[in-house]
Amino acid sequence: MRKPVSLALVEDAQVGDFVIVHVGFAIGRVDADEAERTLALFAEMAAQDAAAAATAP
Amino acid sequence: MAGKKDYQRPIDFKHGRIDMNHGAGGRVGAQLVDELFARAFDNDWLRQGNDAALLEVPDGHRLVMSTDGHVISPLFFPGGDIGGLSVHGTVNDVAMLGARPLYLAASFILEEGLPLADLQRIVESMAAASREAGVPVVTGDTKVVERGKGDGVFISTTGVGVVPQGRRIGGALARPGDAVLLSGTIGEHGVAVLSQRESLAFETAIVSDTAALHGLVAAMLEAVSEGAVRTLRDPTRGGLATTLNEIARQSGVGMELDEAAIPVLPQVEAACELLGLDPLYIANEGKLVAVVAAEAAGALLAVMRAHPLGRQAACIGRVQDDAHRFVQMRTRFGGRRIVDWLAGEALPRIC
Amino acid sequence: MKYVDEYRDGEVARRIAARIATELQPGRRYHFMEFCGGHTHAIARYGIGELLPPQLRMIHGPGCPVCVLPIGRIDQAIGLALQHRAIVCTYGDTMRVPASESLSLMRAKARGGDIRMVYSAADALKVARENPGREVVFFAIGFETTTPPTAVVIRQAQAEGLRNFSVLCCHVLTPSAITHILESAEVRQYGTVPIDGFVGPAHVSIVIGSGPYEHFAEEYRKPVVIAGFEPLDVMQAVLMLVRQVNEGRAEVENEFARAVTREGNLAAQRLVAEVFELRERFEWRGLGEVPYSALKIRPAFAEFDAERRFGLVYQGVPDHKQCECGAILRGVKRPTDCKLFGTVCTPENPMGSCMVSSEGACAAHYTYGRFKDAAVVAG
Repeated sequence: MRKPVSLALVEDAQVGDFVIVHVGFAIGRVDADEAERTLALFAEMAAQDAAAAATAP
Repeated sequence: MAGKKDYQRPIDFKHGRIDMNHGAGGRVGAQLVDELFARAFDNDWLRQGNDAALLEVPDGHRLVMSTDGHVISPLFFPGGDIGGLSVHGTVNDVAMLGARPLYLAASFILEEGLPLADLQRIVESMAAASREAGVPVVTGDTKVVERGKGDGVFISTTGVGVVPQGRRIGGALARPGDAVLLSGTIGEHGVAVLSQRESLAFETAIVSDTAALHGLVAAMLEAVSEGAVRTLRDPTRGGLATTLNEIARQSGVGMELDEAAIPVLPQVEAACELLGLDPLYIANEGKLVAVVAAEAAGALLAVMRAHPLGRQAACIGRVQDDAHRFVQMRTRFGGRRIVDWLAGEALPRIC
Repeated sequence: MKYVDEYRDGEVARRIAARIATELQPGRRYHFMEFCGGHTHAIARYGIGELLPPQLRMIHGPGCPVCVLPIGRIDQAIGLALQHRAIVCTYGDTMRVPASESLSLMRAKARGGDIRMVYSAADALKVARENPGREVVFFAIGFETTTPPTAVVIRQAQAEGLRNFSVLCCHVLTPSAITHILESAEVRQYGTVPIDGFVGPAHVSIVIGSGPYEHFAEEYRKPVVIAGFEPLDVMQAVLMLVRQVNEGRAEVENEFARAVTREGNLAAQRLVAEVFELRERFEWRGLGEVPYSALKIRPAFAEFDAERRFGLVYQGVPDHKQCECGAILRGVKRPTDCKLFGTVCTPENPMGSCMVSSEGACAAHYTYGRFKDAAVVAG
């Protein structure tokens, strides 16, 4: 779906960027690298967990 | 009704508007009924020209009756209009008791100033819906109110149908252990209508799911033994959550739902996400909920999925014992929450 | 949905919950306060409380702007509609908040007030353009997230030379709310509300950055972890807080790195500074008067200030005697501690604002969690 939102607060946003929208205004960009890093952090924890389970008595 | 040759000139549907004369009970009003309503709905009963219709009721059956007022605004929305909606809505209410809908009555409250082009479009849409459903509009009425006293048009439809003796389907019959089935994806009608509201201004490909469900209901009831289907209800205003809470309350039971099993179109999810709405509370006009005996669920789902209006039918939960009559849900996230009644109008969240 | 679904993965949630459980120190209780409406809502809607170990409690702080909006301000908005016959534009949740004389904005609408729900401040500007013969007032509430949009529309109104538009400014500031909680008797002196750390708000932090929280970490020795508003963000932030507490650290960490930087959105901050200035004092519902905690419109934009334009006077109105919203907002009491909860006070008939907004602690508990108070027999 499409909805017009204002870019007045994130003027350097480019087409293709992901933004966080609040009450009809984009208030910030989503840093794709950071997003991936956060998800990787979750995955790492899952791995740690698996490793811990493997070594548990 | 006077014969056609008494009228001086045919109605100008392109440019004309409803005015107070149309409601005065005189020739102008009669011409509108003749040239628009009677012509569009055309059937033996209307041709008799009486104020009421004489109906046949098959032996061994009992009558089911339902009525609905339609005040939707805007009158036209993606996927439908108030006319089609008024036919589907009442046909569905009758079908939800397991009845075969037979006849419809329709009453129109027209606002002074309503463009005749709009009225014609609405009435023709109603007539098409009625024909497609096989349920004729056998009697009707029109009135006119002054400008400002109506939202263009209000339509009230009453439907009459029949159930065979011995059939009992109703909201108070759900039992612990029963399966809760849903015929398809939720939230489309409400989102389609909201997209027409200026204050929310968004474009979407979502269309209303408005449809007559009596064919699906008939197929379902034929597939299982009498009594296996306890409750049927269409989740209209207030959405799926409201309907399930109503049934829980009427039957004095609780429910546990599985969020992951509830089908929602990704576009509807996205629209709700952006607007701060919950699909569980949004109106549907072409879906039904069925509470059924657990052992019948498999057969029913197969029959539903084979029907064009039930392709995405799913089992979304179970009925359980609960003195508090809570409808609970296991979230996709692994947590648990209750799915409560709606308090007042659904308002989008801001924060 | 990209960048949304991945943050709602139930399997990962379970793993994080398991990890939290293993890292809790035995015999120790943990209390973390979140003061972001979005977090209260996420915790309730996804049932996160169920996933966290019982020794860990989440306290809902005053993060819901509708909940801290005092009755007197809603009375002002209602007065603008009913007495001054202005078109009043407001965000949805404000419509049902109970005000004086058994009124609310929704009831005032039923009485003939022209009150319109808008999704955005920009919509209110549109109403003003389309109704040049009527006064149009935007009821501006919210923390630092909604403030920049209001600043944008005021500047736009000035640029367009609109003569019929004004704003009733009730914007409040997050750091002030936190200070107030930390300075409250229950926390500082009595220690009856142990708060071990804070989950920093998501959207607010995008605007103000993570910098402003460093003061709290240092001054009050409490860790702060800024979290995104998806459920996994919240869980991850809780884990990070547990670790800080265990290790005796009191730092500001940023879980929401994909959207929050240390400085925040400077363009938005500049716009806000241009249009608004600090009020010396402002009444918060449940917290009383809090100094330097809210904003008013600068003299340069006086013609867009509804308070000046209509000569409004603020009249404080006390809450229902038995309403515990104040204590609940400060984390001192729980919804179930309030005598009115679930009986007289329900979402259909809210006595106080904690019940009206779906992010209010009482509404969230009532709507999503009250099954936990009752004994449910599974069939």
